[in-house]
Amino acid sequence: MTQTFPVTVTVNEKKYKREVEARLLLSDFLRHELGLTGTHVGCEHGVCGACTILFDGESVRSCLMFAVQADGHALITVEGLAKDKDNLHPLQQSFWEAHGLQCGYCTPGILMSMIPFLQKNPNPTEDEIRQALSGNLCRCTGYQHIVDAVKLAAEKMG
Amino acid sequence: MKPAPFEYHVPDSIEQALDLMSQHADEAKILAGGQSLVSAMNFRVIQPSVVIDLNRVAELSYIRAEGDVIRIGSMARERHLEFDSSIAKRTPLLTEAMPHIAHPQIRNRGTIGGSIVHADPAAELPVLMLALNARLKAKNISGERWIDAQDFFAGMFTTALAPDEILVEIEMPFMPARTGWSFMEVAPRAGDYALMGVAVLVTLEKNGKCKKAKLVYLNAGDGPVDAKEAAKILEGEKLNDKLIESASAMASRKEINPFGNVHTSPDFQRHLANVLTKKALKQAMQRAEENLQ
Ligand SMILES: Cc1cc2nc3c(=O)[nH]c(=O)nc-3n(C[C@H](O)[C@H](O)[C@H](O)COP(=O)(O)OP(=O)(O)OC[C@H]3O[C@@H](n4cnc5c(N)ncnc54)[C@H](O)[C@@H]3O)c2cc1C
Ligand code: FES
Ligand code: FES
Repeated sequence: MTQTFPVTVTVNEKKYKREVEARLLLSDFLRHELGLTGTHVGCEHGVCGACTILFDGESVRSCLMFAVQADGHALITVEGLAKDKDNLHPLQQSFWEAHGLQCGYCTPGILMSMIPFLQKNPNPTEDEIRQALSGNLCRCTGYQHIVDAVKLAAEKMG
Repeated sequence: MKPAPFEYHVPDSIEQALDLMSQHADEAKILAGGQSLVSAMNFRVIQPSVVIDLNRVAELSYIRAEGDVIRIGSMARERHLEFDSSIAKRTPLLTEAMPHIAHPQIRNRGTIGGSIVHADPAAELPVLMLALNARLKAKNISGERWIDAQDFFAGMFTTALAPDEILVEIEMPFMPARTGWSFMEVAPRAGDYALMGVAVLVTLEKNGKCKKAKLVYLNAGDGPVDAKEAAKILEGEKLNDKLIESASAMASRKEINPFGNVHTSPDFQRHLANVLTKKALKQAMQRAEENLQ
């Protein structure tokens, strides 16, 4: 019989309890067990950044963790950013206004990488923004409008 | 893809972890930050039947200055090394190199122990361990031993650890007085594995002559490459451009053995090594001279 483990985890300030197999990736747990499909999965080897979430406040790749490791921890996914569809987080609003996305596949991971970046670095230079984006791949935009969106967000949030 | 099934253990002490390793050594993998292991498992490049997760062994996660060394628990995250003030003060070479390792999202999870045991020839930390003369403490159920960094790396993705051993601590001596440092690499994008990189340390005598030099290269062979002949050219001498030229030529033409990859040829890697060595030696020398006063 397959061995399972209890997991109690807080996601976007809501508590969930599940039984999981040890090999279940945290990314798949969020998407398939909790139905939080905002976290995207691109490469499953840490390179693309689409699956980035906040784990105890720090950005991490959810494809490189097992769900069982999240037991007792607090996560934020992209669903935790906006109050509702009319009240976007200023970072999301900036992506909307500056056209920081096209297909949107990369967007959740980029937002979840930029949240801690802007917290630690509220007035970033363009160079710093590009560095901070280097761990997230976007195949559509050419990055220019993403950089603009992050600049705009820094102004709005600052 | 998804990992194959495995038996999962999550010890909360070193003792429990060692006990598990003694029972499962041949089939078990330690899970540290998972930033190399989990991707390899996702692609089923490896399929360990037992995984021993060290993330709840709190006693393996520390950084402290003690006497004239820095002690780092193997589960200390790369991100913690990056911002630690005693590391910045005592081994600034390490602080300078940390931002070159992957991205913050990876460094938030990746550990010093994981990177060292993974022993990727393109990785920064193994090179830094050699440059900084670190000692590594390994434990198994029956005892512990210290291994010098220069004896630890045994080839591509291979180390001196026995299958039942866990790396528990890294000990780095403080950089000596009148020492300058430099870490330089060239990567296609910020955070990518570098095409070539070098860590340099230069220690001067009070009279300004070079007492000791160290040049260690990444992605330049099947492990970190310590260019000892290049260092000999510099030691005992008052450094000047000509000596720096010949040390750089020695290291980049004779001592490293780069293989090339999809982004670069071995010739270009040697060219990069030559350019980086000259720049790094100059920076290290300048910093050492600032420390002379
Ligand atoms: C996108 C991406 C980019 C990266 N870029 C770089 C880069 O530029 N430079 C670089 O150096 N690294 C890079 N890395 C690798 C990163 O630094 C890893 O974190 C590191 O190599 C492995 O550390 P870990 O703690 O995640 O170890 P894990 O992946 O958990 O383990 C790695 C191996 O070491 C073993 N192990 C771990 N800890 C111990 C221990 N204490 N005792 C015994 N065995 C142990 C494991 O069993 C496994 O075989 C990158 C990774 C990713 C995903
Ligand atoms: S899916 Fe996790 S980094 Fe690509
Ligand atoms: S908007 Fe399509 S991948 Fe970035």
